[in-house]
Amino acid sequence: MIRDITLGKYYNADSPVHRLDPRTKLIITFAYLISLFIYKSPAVYICAFIFLLSATLVSKVPFKYILKGLKPVWFILIFTSLMNLFFTGGEPVFSWWRINISREGIERTGLMLSRFMLMIFGSNLMTLTTTPTRLTSALESLMKPLKVIHFPVHEIAMMMSIALRFIPILVDETNKIMKAQLSRGADFESGNIFRKVKSLVPVLVPLFISAFRRAGDLAMAMEARCYHGGEGRTQMNPLRYARRDGAAFAVFIFYIITIVFWGSLIPRITG
Amino acid sequence: MMDNENKDKRIPLLIADHLIYEYEGGADRVRALDDVSFKIEKGEFIGLIGHTGSGKSTLAEHLNALLTPKSGTIYFNGESIFEKKYDRKRYRGHVGLVFQYPEHQLFADTVFEDVCYGPLNNGVSRKQAELTAYETIKKVGLSDECFYQSPFDLSGGQKRRAAIAGVLAMKPELLVLDEPTAGLDPAGREELLHMISGLKDEKSMSIVLISHSMEDVARYADRIMVMDKGKKVFDAEPIEVFSHAKELEEMGLAVPAVTSVMLKLKEKGFDVNTGILNVKDAADEIMRVLGDKA
Repeated sequence: MIRDITLGKYYNADSPVHRLDPRTKLIITFAYLISLFIYKSPAVYICAFIFLLSATLVSKVPFKYILKGLKPVWFILIFTSLMNLFFTGGEPVFSWWRINISREGIERTGLMLSRFMLMIFGSNLMTLTTTPTRLTSALESLMKPLKVIHFPVHEIAMMMSIALRFIPILVDETNKIMKAQLSRGADFESGNIFRKVKSLVPVLVPLFISAFRRAGDLAMAMEARCYHGGEGRTQMNPLRYARRDGAAFAVFIFYIITIVFWGSLIPRITG
Repeated sequence: MMDNENKDKRIPLLIADHLIYEYEGGADRVRALDDVSFKIEKGEFIGLIGHTGSGKSTLAEHLNALLTPKSGTIYFNGESIFEKKYDRKRYRGHVGLVFQYPEHQLFADTVFEDVCYGPLNNGVSRKQAELTAYETIKKVGLSDECFYQSPFDLSGGQKRRAAIAGVLAMKPELLVLDEPTAGLDPAGREELLHMISGLKDEKSMSIVLISHSMEDVARYADRIMVMDKGKKVFDAEPIEVFSHAKELEEMGLAVPAVTSVMLKLKEKGFDVNTGILNVKDAADEIMRVLGDKA
């Protein structure tokens, strides 16, 4: 059954990383993800790893939670690394029967694996230390300039935060309905694909109905509190950059300088 | 179900044997069931009472084999249902579970189709399923017009009845109802409880009624089990359980108002019988005591 969705699962703790302005975390995470794709040198990935490791240590999030983020993608990871390992041409290091493993293959697999893992762990760290509400208000604030071209920034941020808010509720609801139908003798596992899809109808219909019911209730509750869109709306806790955000940016810029140094200067000197 | 007759009469219908269940709540493990054991005899009506979070719904899901205990097991007609080879899908036909707000699981185009869903899953023929569905819909007290209506057009109380019919149609030997009266008005509560107690008399079905309202349970149950923080605290006849009014209040549960009045009278020095569960008996008892004095 559907469980353990780490997406948007916030780990509650009190740490400097948690207290950072969500915009800072969003910008740094975004830039960090890009930085993973600029250089191919292993030294850069070691730097990226050290940066992530120290951020995780400061954030007080247990490693177990960060590793959980791999769960939904581990199959794809293994599959692509095997593909890369076996089907990259080049000078063979190891061959047996029809399998050839080349030096290039190993390098490429290592590169891809470290990129993916660092990407997943990095973005996971952000969602684990930032509540979905703060994240969407950060997005709203960062996208504000788009208002000039009449882009509905507030509405989109509101939709996102509502959607995020409802994910865990709908997951719970799905589990409940599945259990209820199981107790009426439903069978979601056996049979071919058509039977399986058909067996989901008794779950999907009640799920949709409850989603619509909740949406209706929510709309009514919002209207009852005079919600009328973003016009003139202020926030209870407006986002403000603090000194620690400056410090975070400073650390991040130091990281960027380090990888630029390792990534482009060192190969030039040695090469 | 065929071999009901030659089953050993001495074996209770169901035995829960030292059930322990834990789940991960946040960072630490929470023990939702802590060494719970009990027996359910054929035809018994049991009230299962506990405060929110006491583990009563978790227990219900164990009874239906939807959760597997960390240790301990449940014997149904003498067989352990958590055994690897045990056919749990079939078992769920023998033990019906009506979830909280069961109307949220209705899905078919008509009430009739929805009630047929359970029996059809059990491998009953279409004709037999329709017959049972017809019978059960009648039994839960839905009128003929409801049969081919969409379940979503029914009123709240009717929806609940239709959903309960969906479980009853599987002809369970043990019926577990998780707060079946939640969200109904007093009249609807009364009617529903009356219907449920009727099932027991008519079909000698065993019933476990989960509730946090003592009033609901007191009138119908032969036996009451009280859960608190995953443990079974009391397991006795209603009168016996209610004599522990103080402990029950500490668990956040209230004894029925009548019992509470009688206990208070006794405290004030009136020599009344406190083992009384309904208003009429209470009135008679008070009159008797007052008559003695006069």
